[in-house]
Formats: sequence, structure tokens, C-alpha cells
Amino acid sequence: MGRSVKKGPYIDAKVMKKIARQKQESDRSPIKTWARACTIPPDFVGHTFEVHTGKHFQRVFVTEEMVGHKLGEFAPTRTFRGHSGRRR
Amino acid sequence: MARILGVDIPNDKVISIALTYLFGIGKTTSKMICEEAKVEPLVKTKDLTDEEISRITSIIEKRCVVEGQLRRQISQNIQRLKDIACYRGLRHRRGLPVRGQRTRSNARTRKGPRRTVAGKKSIKSMR
Repeated sequence: MGRSVKKGPYIDAKVMKKIARQKQESDRSPIKTWARACTIPPDFVGHTFEVHTGKHFQRVFVTEEMVGHKLGEFAPTRTFRGHSGRRR
Repeated sequence: MARILGVDIPNDKVISIALTYLFGIGKTTSKMICEEAKVEPLVKTKDLTDEEISRITSIIEKRCVVEGQLRRQISQNIQRLKDIACYRGLRHRRGLPVRGQRTRSNARTRKGPRRTVAGKKSIKSMR
């Protein structure tokens, strides 16, 4: 089920604050975050994030097309390297 | 046989069913079209006048995305997901179910025919 429209999208407050500060200083350094559930608003476009995967931080550069998705969608949490003995 | 929107040729079925032969038109849309064109939905396609058919055609062109255009739209949407490398896009790339279904068993529609692995114990040999 989708999130209630009344509440609006979930945007992590801390990340938003950091973005606002970066906007003022026109700083584009990556923002480390664990907020995988945070929806990407248009303000995030052009900024870089380091999204936690549970193990390490996956660098994600946000483009216009990514708006409306969540940060976690771009940082896969599983590694699957194929089954053993399967020829490729 | 009537020709609606280029290639599709619905036959001597009732018009509301014949329209569903177009990709992108199901029963609901078809009924809506008939209603709007003021055509009785239970009339056979061959009994329709040219004028009625042109009315239906113009409504479809105005209101609906069908056939090639719809197919293009769908594949563009999927391509977008693949390009931004989001989770859903990755699933499309790998040919696995996109909406969180289980893949330990089933998921054959997406995965295709079973590829049996040599040396793996089957249920039969375990008994």
C-alpha cells in the first residue's frame, strides 16, 4: 500500500538540512547517510550521496530521473555472484 | 471485415468485443468507447456503418494510447528504470520478478524454462 498523500513523501529531515546547507555554500561533496527510505525530492538533484548498504557506503549521484524514488533503491544490499559450477 | 486504426481487423464479432483485439483496449475501455460513440455495443462489427466506425476511430485516437505507441511507452518506462540503475531496473535487467515476489520457487514466467543443475539432489532421489 502506498503512503498517505496527506503526509507527503518521507524525506529525512537531517539529509534535507544538510542539502540546504550545501546549497548555500554551493558544496557538492558526498553526504553519508543511512536514510535509505528517504524519498528523493527535486532539491537533491546534482548532489552526491553515500548510501549505506548495511556493509559499506554506495556512492549515488542523483540525476533528474531519480526524483520520486528512494535513496535505498540505488544501493543494492545483496551480492549475488552466480551459482557455483555454472558456466557463463 | 472492418479496419480500425491501421492494421487491426476485428471480424464478425460484436463491436465491444472486436475492439478488444486492439492492444491497449480491454472490455472496460471498449464499452466506454461504444458509449461515447453512441454505438450499441452488441451490434456485430460488419453491421456498423462507415460513419459509426469513423466515430469510433476518432475517439480511440483522441482518448487512448494503443498498439505501437503503447508498446513504445511501456518499453520506455522499463528502459528508464534500467538507465537509472534503481532496484526495479536491476531486476528487469536480470529477468527476475520486479515486485518482490519469491524466487526460491516459482517465478517461472520471468525466469523462463527450468535450467536443471547437474549433481543437485532432486526430491525424488532424496527419498
